[in-house]
Parts: sequence; C-alpha cells; structure tokens
Amino acid sequence: MADHPLPEPEVAREWLETMLRIRRFEERAGEQYARAKIGGFLHLAIGEEATIVGSTRALRASDYLIGTYRTHGHTLARGSEPGRVMAELFGRVDGLCRGRGGSMHMFDLERRFLGGYGIVGGNLPIAAGFALAHDYLRTEDVTLCQFGDGASNQGTFGETMNLAALWNLPVVFMVTNNRFGMGTALERHSAQTDLQRKGEGYGVPGMECDGMDVVDTFRVTTEAVRIAREERRPVLVEALTYRFRGHSMADPEEYRTKEEVEEYRRRDPIVTFGDRLVAEGVVSAEERAAMDAEATRIADEAVAFADASPAPEPTSLYDDVYVLGGEVQGWYSVDERGAGVRRGEDIG
Amino acid sequence: MATLRYREALNQALREEMTRDERVFLMGEDIGVFNGAYKVTQGLLDEFGEQRVRDTPISENTIVGMGVGAAMLGLRPVVELMTINFSLLALDQVVNHAAHIRYMFGGQVTVPLVIRMPQGAGHQLGPTHSHSFEAIYLHVPGILVAVPSTPADAKGLLKAAIRDENPVVFIEHEYLYGQRGEVPDEDDHVVPFGKAAIRREGADVTIVGISRMAVTAEKAAVQLAEQHEIDAEVIDPRTLRPLDLDTILASVRKTNRCVIVEEGWPHGGVGANLAALIQEQAFDDLDAPIGRVTGADVPMPYAKNLEQIAFPHEPQVVEAVRAACGDL
Ligand SMILES: Cc1ncc(C[n+]2csc(CCOP(=O)(O)OP(=O)(O)O)c2C)c(N)n1
Repeated sequence: MADHPLPEPEVAREWLETMLRIRRFEERAGEQYARAKIGGFLHLAIGEEATIVGSTRALRASDYLIGTYRTHGHTLARGSEPGRVMAELFGRVDGLCRGRGGSMHMFDLERRFLGGYGIVGGNLPIAAGFALAHDYLRTEDVTLCQFGDGASNQGTFGETMNLAALWNLPVVFMVTNNRFGMGTALERHSAQTDLQRKGEGYGVPGMECDGMDVVDTFRVTTEAVRIAREERRPVLVEALTYRFRGHSMADPEEYRTKEEVEEYRRRDPIVTFGDRLVAEGVVSAEERAAMDAEATRIADEAVAFADASPAPEPTSLYDDVYVLGGEVQGWYSVDERGAGVRRGEDIG
Repeated sequence: MATLRYREALNQALREEMTRDERVFLMGEDIGVFNGAYKVTQGLLDEFGEQRVRDTPISENTIVGMGVGAAMLGLRPVVELMTINFSLLALDQVVNHAAHIRYMFGGQVTVPLVIRMPQGAGHQLGPTHSHSFEAIYLHVPGILVAVPSTPADAKGLLKAAIRDENPVVFIEHEYLYGQRGEVPDEDDHVVPFGKAAIRREGADVTIVGISRMAVTAEKAAVQLAEQHEIDAEVIDPRTLRPLDLDTILASVRKTNRCVIVEEGWPHGGVGANLAALIQEQAFDDLDAPIGRVTGADVPMPYAKNLEQIAFPHEPQVVEAVRAACGDL
C-alpha cells in the first residue's frame, strides 16, 4: 500500500510524541498494576495508539469524544494531565473522576472527552444523544464515538445506527477492530466481518482505515468528520488494528498464537511511524530518542503524582449521588451508620 | 466428601447435567474457547463440542431471549452472563418473557431456562461492574432466584435449577468462586429450592445472610460469641424464590431478634422485604426492631477505601447485632 503523504513536520512530530507518551504511560500503568497500586481491571490499548491519535487529531478541540473502558490513551490524546489519569487508576482524590470511576470510567469534561464506559455497547446511544444536542443547539460540533468489534453485536449498535441516520446526526462511529472481543475472535462473533459495512442497511455508509497507520487513520477520520459536520449525517469508520497485550491484565491469551501477536508487533504503529519520520528526515534519530525519554519521564512523573495523591475522604462516599439544593435538600440514607440525614444537612 | 472450589462445584454440576440430559446446552460470552470469564465452564467446550457449548457475541438481551425460545421448545438452555451487571441489558427478556410467558399464555408452555451470573463488590471494578441485584430479581413473580454461598450449594442448587421447569435466575458470587468447601460425592447431589440452611445454631439472635453475606454473617457470629457473649443463629436462605420463611420464623420465634445482612442497596432490598414478612407473622415474638445491614446507598465507587466502606463486613454485622440485642 502506498503511503499517504506526511503532514507538516511539527504535526507529524506531535503525533509521534503523543503515541509515545500513551505507550510509555500504559506500560507504567501495567507495572503499577502488577504492584497492586492499581486495582480492578486494567485494559491497555498498547498497539492501538495510531488509531487513537490519528482519529482524535481529526477533531477540533471543541468536538466531542466518547469511548470505552480502554481509554487511558484517549484521555491523554485529548490533553488530560497524565498525573490525573494515573491518579484515577490509583483511585486517588486527584484522579480525573476523584477515584470514583477507575480505569474503565475516565472522563474529562473540560477536554470534551465524555467518557469511558464499562458496559459494552452502552456508549453508542449516548454518542447519538450528543449528536442530537449538536443538531438541536445548531453548533458545528461533531461527536466521535469509538467502540470495539465485539460491541458491534449489541442491540444498541443497530438501534443507534438507525436513529443517527434517520435524524441526520453529526456523529462519526469508529469501530476499532482489534480482531477480538475478549477471547472471541471476530470470525466467531460476527457474521459480517467487513465491519465497515455493518451500518449500510441502516443508511450509515462505511469507510475503512489502517488503524496501525496514524497517517491513514487521520486521513480517513478527517473525511468522516467533514461529512458529519458539513453534510450532517453519520458515518461508520472501521479502524483495522490490534492489541498487543491481553484483553485485561488477567488474560492467559490462549485464544491466539504467539506468532500472530509477533506478526502484528512487527507492524508496531509507533516504530513504523518513527522509522518513517527518520527516513523522510522529519526527525533525527537523536530527536526521536529524546522524545521517547521525555515520554518515559512524563509517565514516571505521573506515577509519582498519583502516588502522592491522597485516597478520597471516607466522608465523601455520598457526594454527588444527587444534586443537592433543588428538590433534594439533604441526603437521607440508610447505611451501616443507621438511618439519618447524611449529606447536605446544612443546605437550605 | 470432596473439597472443591465453588467454581469447580459449578463446573461439575454443568458437566453432570449435560451428561445426564442431552437437551442441556450452554450459551454465553467467552464460555468456550476462553473457558469462561471466571473459568466456570473450563474444559466443557472440549468435552461437549460447539453444538452444546456456544460462544456468543456480546448481545445479552438476545442470548437470553434465545434461551427463552429454545426452552419453550423443550431444550434446557443454561445461559451464562459474564456478570449480573450486564443482565440489566437482558432485563426485558427476563421479566417480560422468561418470567411471564407461562402465565400470560395460560399455562400452555414452560420456560426451563437457567441464567447464571456472578455478582458482588470488592474487586475495585467500579460502578458498572460491582453491584448485587438479587433484590431486582426477587421482585419478579414467575422466576426462581438462587443465591448459593457454598460449593455444595452451588452444585446442588444448579443441578436442581437445570432440572426444574421454571426459569431460574442463578446468582453466583465473584468472591466465592475461589472459596473451597466440602461437596458430597454422590453423583446426584441435588439441593432443593426453598429450603434454608442453618449455618450455626444459636439462642440469642437470628442473622439472615444473603449470598456472600451468609459467609460474612457466620464470621460475625464467631466474633459475637467470642467477644460479646452473644449466641447467634445464622441462616442462609439459599433461594429467595421460593423462600423458606418457615425456617426463618421458627428461628426468630426462638431468639426474638433478627438482623438481615445483604450486599445490595437498602431501599427495596431483600432485607426490607424479609423484615416486612417477619413482622407481619411474628410481631409478638420480636423484642427489638429488625436490623438491616446493607450496601451503602451509592453507586459502587472504584477507590479501594471507598469501596470497602460501601459494602458490609463483619464489624458492621457485629454492631447491628449488638444493637438488636441491646448490647450497645
Ligand atoms: C454489556 C457487557 N457485556 C459484557 C461485558 C464484558 N466485556 C468487557 S470487554 C468485552 C469485550 C469487548 O470487545 P470489543 O468490543 O471488541 O472491545 P475491545 O475490548 O477489543 O476493545 C466484554 C465481553 C461488558 N463489559 N459489558
């Protein structure tokens, strides 16, 4: 396949830099998980960085992004502070969600990254709802919604495609086809394996990009976002990618061969793009190494920041269950402390 | 007696029932090649083949609905949902169809479907992956609800569930999967629904523990005896529908005090329901208000310290029992 031309040098450098920062961050997160600093499930997107960076770079800062439980990289790509992302993984008070959500439930309103969702397929209708709001409010905003190949089998997929097409909503759906839903291979879970075609019957046209190539992902997503923004209709983009690690940290990976993983690792999106930038004279080998060292430094700093952040106060347990001050003047609850007024007793 | 883990006991039950009855087959996400998210179906694909151990796409509502259909035509589907949280996507099929079809069609058909799934907090999985929903299923007439807390019950109740003509919501527990216990050797170890187990006899107070909380209640009872001279009787109802209210009432009539422990939310919980039943039938026997120990009334937080205070542990049970006994 012929390579598509590179963008401006500083743009290309930024892409490489961001992919490296995501990779080193996630590697550190994996280590911290092994040290039990991080609990629960940790789903790494190592191998999928070109999909993340290429697609999010096709958005304006004012556009919206929504993803799954595999979105540490997405928050970083949107500009969230690495320390706060890591602090969320650590379950600390400085985490993006104050430690409430953890790895699977990232969210950064300011950067218009509207979540990290743990329910497979649960984010598609929400994305269409964002697009409904863009339409209703007559903004130029577009929503990019990412989900996995496995999620394309949920009922929400078909239902959302239909309504998004019927109501001409400015939303780009991106199915990140990493070939597996957990341990179930694409061929074993989807009758239609050409996933970009899965929206056709609903009136959502498909496009495909090489999700291992940041340039191609950017090119295709840019066109999809343009269609959504200018022509006011949804598009489904399939990004062909691969995750190098297990589904989560506790995955023996018996469902695929080491050779297959090796084969994809040879197409490592960061290595190939870095090589290309060096070959085409955009960065020198030294600059590339320095970029990598900086990415490692930032990841280490994020770990240190997270480690220094305190655990949430136990008294904060009931914060944010309700909005207080309107219909709810106080937070009445029954819990292990017995019945009584809990939060907001001093309101009103 | 053999010592088995809870997950192994479930695995045995599935294997035995599949061997016994050709109509029994399994459907679920990652139950085959991946051997199950919690390894309950380990080895069954190899043993029984793809016809009977079916990996499904991630389509909870549809796989439960297909289970309903297959059951209506005489098969014995056992559907695994990866966790009870995802069963909310299938709630429509469970309630509107599995539970109601027999009644609404005037008794012409049965739906002998088993839906297996684990619940429970404690693994820092955050608000979409950590809840306990037995109360939701308890609410619905037309389904049976099992909440086994030991390997022996897990096996015996699952076998009973598969053989029963009714749809069964079979609620396992993520924490319990790795726990060991004695399981009777006989090849037909079946535990009937609607028969509570008295885990510990006692004279001063009745503690009813649901699902994993039966284990917590038992541990609390030991502390109460050793540290507070309170002799607690611990009852594990094992199934919530049908419910063995007689055993619970008999115990309350003896001890005159009762505390109910569950992991789920307080409002509309199992304890709320059970407290109502007990006071309706044994009001004069009660010497104290019925106590409840429940999960906190919040979505389950991820942070370890918050999660740990959001569901019951022994100290809360001890405290509630002491309060019911006037010991505080
Ligand atoms: C409704 C629901 N069902 C099941 C799960 C358990 N689960 C989590 S991730 C996953 C696989 C999803 O695969 P895919 O959509 O391809 O995304 P990927 O993990 O490959 O990024 C499953 C089954 C879940 N979180 N939500």
